[in-house]
Amino acid sequence: MTTDLEVRAEDSLQIGRHSLDSRLIVGTGKYETYDLMAQSLDISRTRCITVAVRRERLYDENGQNILDYIDLDRYLLLPNTAGCYNVEDALRTARLGREILRGLDNPGADWIKLEVLGDSKTLLPDPVATLRATEQLVGEGFDVLCYTTDDPMIARQLKNAGATAVMPAGSPIGSGQGILNPNNIQICLEYLKEGDPDYPVIVDAGVGTASDVAEAMELGVDGVLLNTAVAHAKNPVAMSLAMRLACEAGRMAYLSGRIPKRLYATASSPEDGVIENTRPR
Amino acid sequence: MSGRRGRPRFENRKNVKAVIVRVNGAQTEVADGSTLAQLLDRLRLNANHVAVEVNLELIPRERHLQFCLSAGDQLEIVTLVGGG
Repeated sequence: MTTDLEVRAEDSLQIGRHSLDSRLIVGTGKYETYDLMAQSLDISRTRCITVAVRRERLYDENGQNILDYIDLDRYLLLPNTAGCYNVEDALRTARLGREILRGLDNPGADWIKLEVLGDSKTLLPDPVATLRATEQLVGEGFDVLCYTTDDPMIARQLKNAGATAVMPAGSPIGSGQGILNPNNIQICLEYLKEGDPDYPVIVDAGVGTASDVAEAMELGVDGVLLNTAVAHAKNPVAMSLAMRLACEAGRMAYLSGRIPKRLYATASSPEDGVIENTRPR
Repeated sequence: MSGRRGRPRFENRKNVKAVIVRVNGAQTEVADGSTLAQLLDRLRLNANHVAVEVNLELIPRERHLQFCLSAGDQLEIVTLVGGG
């Protein structure tokens, strides 16, 4: 038997050219202060954090920059195309993000979290546009991590288009509804990992609390990407720790091989040798 | 290329025509023929923390010193912010 310590030591997550020793990817948006963000990232022990690309606020000399609060030697940046509603905007944003990360000398310059959204109410991805943008960005040399729905068919098409990782949503972004359709996540896993067990599948979006992370990891996904559940928790730092523990617990449970579910009970204590048998018939 | 350092203000110089470009949607006056590097300097932006598009084309950092702005150019200057 492998001990749990050995399991942990060998259990790094490979995504494209990057090896991560944490399976949690944490967003940097929506924290009340940059200090709270930095503390939450620190305690999560994540190695990879997402960032967005936005217009520089000009003529604002007092404006704080998130880069002043991020240790670039510690965290790999994963730029996203959040807020893009068509292929062209997503492509432009991806290229701009790569250019900034090159300037920072951050190795995250070679990858992108691709989001092409369908509408602003659901923030659900536009699957057709996501597929087109994936093909284009792969052609431009990006490692593309695709935010998508939990639909196994589109997940498979994204992988076939060259996506480095497929990242189905547990539920809509920021909704905190957890994993709404674990069956679909399971089918995604089965299809994407068939003959390719190391292909990374990451649940991205929808996490509300720690048990959602554990559930996702127990299903066998390779990692979880979350943001709002930590940033908007009453105590983001404590919630971030909870997420880390849930991620580790869920991963360990998955690797340990859970028992099958049964309709009826099986006794844990010996059935024989019970005093004066009073078992009902 | 002279005057790249020291916050140049070309539009105040004599004999230099000022032209209007749009930077992140806002009208901005620059000296005709001034470079992207000069504009970033004037805006006090760290070129390593931003990326710039001119008329939808990404202009890599290495070209900022040579890239001259013209009247009507549409610029997008972006940086990183918190996001998920």
